Amino acid sequence: MSIAVASPPSTDLTQRTTRIRESIVTMCACPDGGHLGGSMSLVEILATLYLRVMRVDPADPQAPDRDILLLSKGHGGIGLYATLAEAGYFPAERLAEYSVPGGHFMAHPHPGVPGVEAPSGSLGHGLALGIGYALAARLDGSARRCFVVMGDGETQEGSVWEAAGVASHHGLDNLTAIIDRNQLQITGGTEQVSRLGPMAQRWRAFGWTVHEVDGHDVEALTAALEAPAEQGRPTLVIAHTVKGKGLPYLEGDLRSHYVALKERQYHKAMAVLRRSRS
Amino acid sequence: MTAPAVAPPASRETYRDTLVELMALDDRVVCLDSDTGLFKGVDFGPTANRYLNVGIAEHTLMGAAAGLARAGRMPWVNTMAAFASARALDAVKVDIALTNAPVRIAATHCGVSAGHLGPTHHALEDLAVMRALPNMTVVVPADATQTRELVRQAAGVPGPVYLRLGRNATPALPAGPPPRLGTVQQVRAGTDVTIAACGPYPLLAALEAADLLHRDGIRAAVLNVHTLKPLDVPTILAAASITGLVVTVEEHWAAGGLGSAVTEALAETLPVPVHRIAMPDSFIDVSGGQRFLLDYAGVTSAAVAAKVRAALRRPVHPIGGTR
Repeated sequence: MSIAVASPPSTDLTQRTTRIRESIVTMCACPDGGHLGGSMSLVEILATLYLRVMRVDPADPQAPDRDILLLSKGHGGIGLYATLAEAGYFPAERLAEYSVPGGHFMAHPHPGVPGVEAPSGSLGHGLALGIGYALAARLDGSARRCFVVMGDGETQEGSVWEAAGVASHHGLDNLTAIIDRNQLQITGGTEQVSRLGPMAQRWRAFGWTVHEVDGHDVEALTAALEAPAEQGRPTLVIAHTVKGKGLPYLEGDLRSHYVALKERQYHKAMAVLRRSRS
Repeated sequence: MTAPAVAPPASRETYRDTLVELMALDDRVVCLDSDTGLFKGVDFGPTANRYLNVGIAEHTLMGAAAGLARAGRMPWVNTMAAFASARALDAVKVDIALTNAPVRIAATHCGVSAGHLGPTHHALEDLAVMRALPNMTVVVPADATQTRELVRQAAGVPGPVYLRLGRNATPALPAGPPPRLGTVQQVRAGTDVTIAACGPYPLLAALEAADLLHRDGIRAAVLNVHTLKPLDVPTILAAASITGLVVTVEEHWAAGGLGSAVTEALAETLPVPVHRIAMPDSFIDVSGGQRFLLDYAGVTSAAVAAKVRAALRRPVHPIGGTR
């Protein structure tokens, strides 16, 4: 694949995703804690987008015609901050501002943080917003692509399906949604709380092109995100992930949703991540 | 007031025609519709690619408009007031108000103008809701002529605008200088009472009440508060300081609307009595047209005049004074 020539080798990306995970763990060690599980599950998704796929310039976050990423699952905020720092939008030291009173690094993304396009956290908003950006790009004759990252539980919101229909009807092939399919929401498994069923079939029925990939495999993600869109159809990538990925003792565990790591837990987590890096 | 020779258009039709003109003048302007039928058959000419019907999808309507605005466009969204302020509120709050996105929300069928369509289609809380949102400008034209002016001025507001429009034609106001967005319009001067009104029939009720009171020797000032937010407090204070008594009239529940806004403004600096004529705290669950339902609910010139007479019979306490 041609892109592999221009991109950093996968081993380098693995080191970078590990650094992103270390930043997430560090933010979760602050007194307020953070959304650990859902941030860890989307690390490869965001890293593949920001470090490989998207046409963005971290030195010029407002560059016209840049690709747009909307983190609709706003509780992945610290995962987004850590990725933006890794991509070079701001120095990694600024992640220490997370949850500091008076700062913009809140649990849910805020545009006051460089690189954050829109506030999110009220679930089910990103896809409609992405439609607006995609329509504007079409009117402008811009090659801009719009990416919307949603949680799987988030797709229980009716507004997601409203927007899914509108995007398809208007043929927005410059719009790509990614579902972080980690199978868990706050109170249990998605299929136990409110069944999502045959997700790919549902989105195909809405007129979307659907790819299913291992959401921790950056090569598979790259291939899906760089595959040419079918003309007149928006694209959905279902990324199968593991909540809490990277910390085996928390993987797939409901309790990873929001965590305030004590000092001992923090050191344990960092040691586990460092071992995976080497 | 003499009836005009030709029936005036509905404010929503004037908005539609003015918007089509704006689209031709400024290629940033985009119109997003939600299957309302208002734009059916309109000839957009070369701007047709900037009109888009998203269907019956009010959240997506607002979210998509926010995305367009953040990408440099000036979107106008078209929906009914009941759905703009309630159904789509989360998107209006988070995607539009929070980011100060220059989205113009043209909300038709305001108040009880949806008439016999029933309480699901009445919007009697929209002013309270929209006024509470930071960054939001809230505009209520009082007739079709004002609508044309205020739509043009709204196009230049840097943040979001909520424009409250009716369903059917309402009577034209007496001719006067054009309204200026953000400024309360003094429609009539008076020294005994200030009647502040918002919207077509409330303003007519205020004017008719002023006529009724004039026969009793009571001189009523009438204010047209067509911009509810930001509220032109100095003009209201100036009128209230002369009359020492204020009555508000609105096609909205009492909570959070014009009466609330005026009361809040006066309470802090000039606590004169304010009497509110507003829709009763109940759903209007009977059939009828807009005027009928306002009469049914007691938002009438007779109610305004009666309130003023009753208030003037009681001694008005001096400002800051005791009984």
